[in-house]
Amino acid sequence: MSTGTTVTFSNPVVKWIDSRLPIFSMLDHEYNKYPMPRNVNYLWAFGAIAGVMLITMIATGLVLAMQYAANTHIAFDSVERIMRDVNYGWLLRYLHANGASFFFIAVFIHVFRGLYYGSYKAPREILWMLGVVIMLLMMATAFMGYVLPWGQMSFWGATVITNLFSAFPIVGDPIVTWLWGGFSVDNPTLNRFFALHFLLPFVILAVVILHTAALHVCGSNNPLGIDIKGPQDSVPFNPYVTLKDGFAVVVFFIFYMGFVFYAPNYLGHPDNYIPANPLVTPAHIVPEWYFLPFYAILRAVPDKLGGVLAMFGAIAVLFVLPWLDTSKVRSCKFRPIYRQFFWILVIDCLVLGYAGAMPAEGSWLLIARIGTIYYFFHFLVLLPVLGKLEPVPQLPASIAEAVLKKEKA
Amino acid sequence: MRALKTAILSAALALGLTGAAQASGGVKIPEQTWSHGGVFGTFDKAAAQRGFQVYKTICATCHSMRLVPIRTLAGIGYTADQLKEIAAEYQVKDGPNDAGEMFDRAAVPADRFPSPFPNDQAARASNNGALPPDLSLIAKARVGGEDYLYAFLTGFKDEVPAGVVVQDGMYYNEYFPGHQVGMPNILSDGGIEYADGTPNTAAQQAKDVATFLTFVAEPHLEARKSMGIKVILFLIVFAGLMYASKRQLWSKVH
Repeated sequence: MSTGTTVTFSNPVVKWIDSRLPIFSMLDHEYNKYPMPRNVNYLWAFGAIAGVMLITMIATGLVLAMQYAANTHIAFDSVERIMRDVNYGWLLRYLHANGASFFFIAVFIHVFRGLYYGSYKAPREILWMLGVVIMLLMMATAFMGYVLPWGQMSFWGATVITNLFSAFPIVGDPIVTWLWGGFSVDNPTLNRFFALHFLLPFVILAVVILHTAALHVCGSNNPLGIDIKGPQDSVPFNPYVTLKDGFAVVVFFIFYMGFVFYAPNYLGHPDNYIPANPLVTPAHIVPEWYFLPFYAILRAVPDKLGGVLAMFGAIAVLFVLPWLDTSKVRSCKFRPIYRQFFWILVIDCLVLGYAGAMPAEGSWLLIARIGTIYYFFHFLVLLPVLGKLEPVPQLPASIAEAVLKKEKA
Repeated sequence: MRALKTAILSAALALGLTGAAQASGGVKIPEQTWSHGGVFGTFDKAAAQRGFQVYKTICATCHSMRLVPIRTLAGIGYTADQLKEIAAEYQVKDGPNDAGEMFDRAAVPADRFPSPFPNDQAARASNNGALPPDLSLIAKARVGGEDYLYAFLTGFKDEVPAGVVVQDGMYYNEYFPGHQVGMPNILSDGGIEYADGTPNTAAQQAKDVATFLTFVAEPHLEARKSMGIKVILFLIVFAGLMYASKRQLWSKVH
């Protein structure tokens, strides 16, 4: 990160500190002068947006944790106390609940941007893999957070998801008992989920710092997918990108606030306003929308263990993506054939999401099965083969050249 | 900007899909117009007060509303003195006193609405085995919200469709999932006398009590909506300023 470039600060206190602990030099180097490709578009803002969402979630979550009680007898009522009696408690809770959805929206767009522009390719493999780790941690955190209000969907969602581990032979059942801290989802489960739900965001924050550190070693990718070749190709991060990202964050917040204030329960399930009852199973147990494509994959496989493996495989395949894609060309801009398959993958994920919300029977089950097969086909067959077959295009000599040419045209 | 549009469109698409999915299943619930709907919505306080009357005289015989303190009703226009009077009509258990005994006393506005039954088992025993759900959050705990409550309360049918056998002690309702419900058609035309002279049809009572139940489920709805307007207007102006400065700054490098 800090490569020993010295900055002279005029403020004597800053200078004194910096010569002993160069945090000011580091910040100047990483967030002031850091060269960004001048041609990045607004899709590059979703990293910053996701960062802002993480901070929003930690801040609102901290205050909610001060009022919440993790005990099966009073968890539901304590959430209602927040909603009714805590000053602006309704606002904090709606910000937090909808914040989870909008955090996922930002991250999913960020991931698909990476897929489109080949941001996972050398030398950014570790950067990409750290990103997949963040997404996995987010899923675990969101799942445990949804359990905390101890409504019907909390309880039954927790029961279904923890039971997945029982699919593994021999070790399965002991694992589930260990996760629950008992023989069913109960008070010990709620307690540990609360503890972990508080801890994991800080683990996410730590991995985000590593993700950013890895990014700043090789620099940001850009829509052309070619490297920065000189100062004419880049702009300093501050003020150019800070202002651009700042604008994008504000626009994103307009949508986020639209949900918080005008449709705060739209993305949640009404059943979660019914207190958890182990004796009454809801008609349809549906996870939160951001898990739906994975839920569809889980249910598409007729075998329980197979389904669990396929679901985890859907994430695992992203870990090895940098080696599955054999094409040396990063950006879809220069891969006209792959570009079409990219959009088919996007549609496939949306269809899987829809199928995940539907009862797993009849034509929806068939659609989920086709969608699942296509998902794996895309990563395991299409990407390795396409990289070999697709003609290698003539890439622009530099970012600056491409930008200037575009402006003349 | 094109990329941004694509992003927003995809997000909207993803959200739209999940929304459609949730509303699926069961009978289509007709939408009603509510004064508390929409961006500028505020509660129809007169309707909510009438709804409270319906709740108090009819619903509360079987249904609890255990999460709602009586003082909450200040939000539908009752004064502090009126709230004290309303509270005084209820008896709550308190104690132990200095002698170590539990005792009954008149409720104060800080108390929650007392439940009609001491526990779920007692409620089931008095209701043919069915448990009348708590009404504190009912408007948020059912798909369709207040539209569903209105549809349900007006959806009882004496004439059952051919081929449907209604079980003993059950009633047929067009909008209840599965159509058979343990609750009878409790609202009737003229079943209650409104103090303000509003026509006391069953439909009017259903509409009023649905308004009231929406209020108790979401007592801060008005504060939320009025804050939302300010927040979003601020963000739009702020976004405009940010965009203008961004344009000016980047004009040097383009």
